Amino acid sequence: MSAKEYDVIIVGGGVTGAATVRDCALRGLSTLLIERGDICDGASGRNHGLLHSGARYAVTDREGAEECIRENRILRRIASNCVEQTEGLFISLPEDGLDYQANFIKKCREAGIDAEAIDPAEALRMEPAINPRIIGAVKVPDASVDPFRLVDAHILDAQRHGADILKFTAVTELVKEGDRVVGVKTSKGDVIRAREVVLAAGIWTAGLAQAAGVKIGMMPSKGALIIYGHRVANMVINRCRKPANADILVPGDVVSVLGTTSDKVPVETCDDMHATPEEVDLLMREGEQLVPSLAHTRIIRAYAGVRPLVVADPAGDGRNVSRGIVLLDHETRDGVPGLITITGGKLTTARLMAEMATDLICKKLGSSARCETAVRALPGSEGRKPRFKDPFNMRAAIGRHGTEVAQMDFEKGGEIICECESVTRAEIEYAVKQFGVRNISDLRRHTRIGMGTCQGSFCIRKVAAVLADILSVSAEELVREYMQERWKGMTPVLWGDTLREAEYMQKTNRDEI
Amino acid sequence: MNNLEQCLKCNLCTLVCPMMEVNPDYPGPKKAGPDGERYRLKDPAFFDYALKYCLNCKRCEVACPSDVHIGDMIQAARIKYGSQAKAKGLRGLRDWTLASTDLVGSLASPFAPVVNEVLQLKPVKSVMDGMLGVDKHRTFPKYSKQKFVNWFRKQDQSGFDRFVSYFHGCYVNYNYPKLGQDLVKILNAAGYGVHLLEKEKCCGVALMSNGFAARAKKQGAVNLASIRKAAEAGEPVLTTSSTCTFTMRDEYPDVLGLQNSDVRDNIMLATKWLYEKISSGEIKLKFRKDFRMKVVYHTACHMQKMGWQLYSIELLRMIPGVTLTVLDQNCCGISGTFGFKKENYGFSQKIGSKLFEDIRTSNPEYVATDCETCKWQIEMSTGIPVLNPIEVLAEAIEL
Repeated sequence: MSAKEYDVIIVGGGVTGAATVRDCALRGLSTLLIERGDICDGASGRNHGLLHSGARYAVTDREGAEECIRENRILRRIASNCVEQTEGLFISLPEDGLDYQANFIKKCREAGIDAEAIDPAEALRMEPAINPRIIGAVKVPDASVDPFRLVDAHILDAQRHGADILKFTAVTELVKEGDRVVGVKTSKGDVIRAREVVLAAGIWTAGLAQAAGVKIGMMPSKGALIIYGHRVANMVINRCRKPANADILVPGDVVSVLGTTSDKVPVETCDDMHATPEEVDLLMREGEQLVPSLAHTRIIRAYAGVRPLVVADPAGDGRNVSRGIVLLDHETRDGVPGLITITGGKLTTARLMAEMATDLICKKLGSSARCETAVRALPGSEGRKPRFKDPFNMRAAIGRHGTEVAQMDFEKGGEIICECESVTRAEIEYAVKQFGVRNISDLRRHTRIGMGTCQGSFCIRKVAAVLADILSVSAEELVREYMQERWKGMTPVLWGDTLREAEYMQKTNRDEI
Repeated sequence: MNNLEQCLKCNLCTLVCPMMEVNPDYPGPKKAGPDGERYRLKDPAFFDYALKYCLNCKRCEVACPSDVHIGDMIQAARIKYGSQAKAKGLRGLRDWTLASTDLVGSLASPFAPVVNEVLQLKPVKSVMDGMLGVDKHRTFPKYSKQKFVNWFRKQDQSGFDRFVSYFHGCYVNYNYPKLGQDLVKILNAAGYGVHLLEKEKCCGVALMSNGFAARAKKQGAVNLASIRKAAEAGEPVLTTSSTCTFTMRDEYPDVLGLQNSDVRDNIMLATKWLYEKISSGEIKLKFRKDFRMKVVYHTACHMQKMGWQLYSIELLRMIPGVTLTVLDQNCCGISGTFGFKKENYGFSQKIGSKLFEDIRTSNPEYVATDCETCKWQIEMSTGIPVLNPIEVLAEAIEL
């Protein structure tokens, strides 16, 4: 048994857990975050990267829309380096009509979202890639957010304020004394004690809670997405109609992400999520309606994530599902003190979820510390972004890490290792040091290594050599692990240029695939 | 056409890029082209000024197994994002002067003897080197006392029933009318009369590479209009410069956005046209019996891109008395006005060194090539005189 007792243990290293550990650390609580894999391994790393303005929810969920626009404004300030202020368009095609648009604008304004109808010709001038058949367009403050950078920034800030992060360690059970949860048991056999345990493990929350005798009705909802190899549009493009499949295109860093689908799936499948060919077909068909050039744009991979939707009434049949924030105080709800669940919500509202959870924790622990996460800038977004200047090889790193590039040694490690995404040795060394990566997949999440057009075909051996050198492990094993993972995302889209790329990948890395 | 997504990142282009080999500051065709383009699509601030080192030799495009228009992509990026990178002050004046071949040629020709002398004076060269950044090793091609077009006006072309048009280009007009005169001589001997285009402007290649794309486009439109008229009259438009030809055929549509698909096939090098006519028997030329010449052929980069070196080589082989050696294809390094600039001189000479060595080893009487800037570079660097294949042919035929 670990001697140290934390104030708080947070289970789950996605965006919700990361935001919560940061909030707790800023409020002076001794906090530990435990994650079974790497940071951002689950749904937080498998989404659209869309910073909602709330417009998408304005018609059906006023409260959700208001939360989104508030958090949207906050994140633009505190996470300026993770957010690209692209703005968004809701376009109406002839088959959509304009009736929805009128109500949509009204509802947006009621929720405090600046929604402005613009002339179709003006919309096409702003974003020439959109479907020229449009009959109407509304401009809204949607934006693009890099989920990996956002979660990393939260983790860094938490660590810098004293929090401990324990990765690659699963929580196997919640430890109880009487009715009270007093800590967790880990896959390494340790028992770690805390005054409060917070479950922020997305869809995996229900299983953990159940073992402690607490029932949470969750309904995993799968969302599949596809990545196009480059930017086809520089604004977020939505369909102005009742939310449906594949009607949002988001410019994410140097790619375009189209999604999503929404299908109920069994909990058992959540550990191995991948997009199916049928989902890819559906996405492509609908995506072309938004931006016709997608029909002949190269798709580099397809992936899927799971939304942790919560069934408000566990005994019900699943119709009464909320996409809103769910904060459960198991002391009052189930008579199990020491346990809190924070789930539901969205990437956009994770900070607010953390604030709500931490408020509850503070109340229970008798702390009067106030939440500061809405006003304190995150690492990488502190102060002015460094200006682009030579050497050129720093620019992509500045885009990804903002002010954190001050910690990278470009003098010594300026050589570019991953060419598609311009990742240097200096950036790799930074990521290894800051995020404790074990393999190339981990490295990918904290840089952008292998996320580009070639998916690692060309430079993965260079990456492996550098990483093996730093970690003192086998380079071959690193390549093998990575290739298997990349392969999974390429298989549903194997035709055209991606098929050619895959053949090239197979020939250059034949022993590992 | 922007087809960056067809790039598989195989790096064959990187392997053949002559600049890559000598200049570590140049990111290479893959990174400057399709890789860089992804980032420039996100934010133009990702434009890398090192793209100025691209020679536009298109060897990357020849090597690419996926037919990615790498060189075009780099040229287009320089035009779209690099305008603020244009040199200012005296270097700007230099670039403008080097680019304005037409205007400067018109101004210099009337004073050719004086201009030629002055440009060769040591003090003038050192001032140009120091102040303007024109490398002192370079000698400008001499201006001709009489422009080609003035000579041509005095030639009677009325007695023919078949005609071709001739796009002479700046070099023939202002510096080297002999090449044009040789072509007219050959064509007349073959039974063809020659017309000039109604209006001819510089093809614009030097304007494009020095950042004056808008002017290049204007001039291109003028040329295409005249080429269309020639095509309507059923006349092919023959040329004697591989770069002018390549520019009007491929750079007009791919980089400047000038549509030319209706007349593209009508523009061709005289060597190709002559080879086809001679080999099909449509043209019969009488050759001198006493003609002997030891020649090595150098394939200019743009010839290789067009794949037309075969025609020039085969044409030379048809000439009785020619002993021909074809050199390995290596870039000479000058890349038009690029090599005239002081800051590029070292790169130019390093890139060309393999070719110069090959030429010296073969020790020919003449080097033959279809590109005038290759000619200047090879003559300066090896001291061996360079001829256009048309000149070799003109010397070999009996009139």
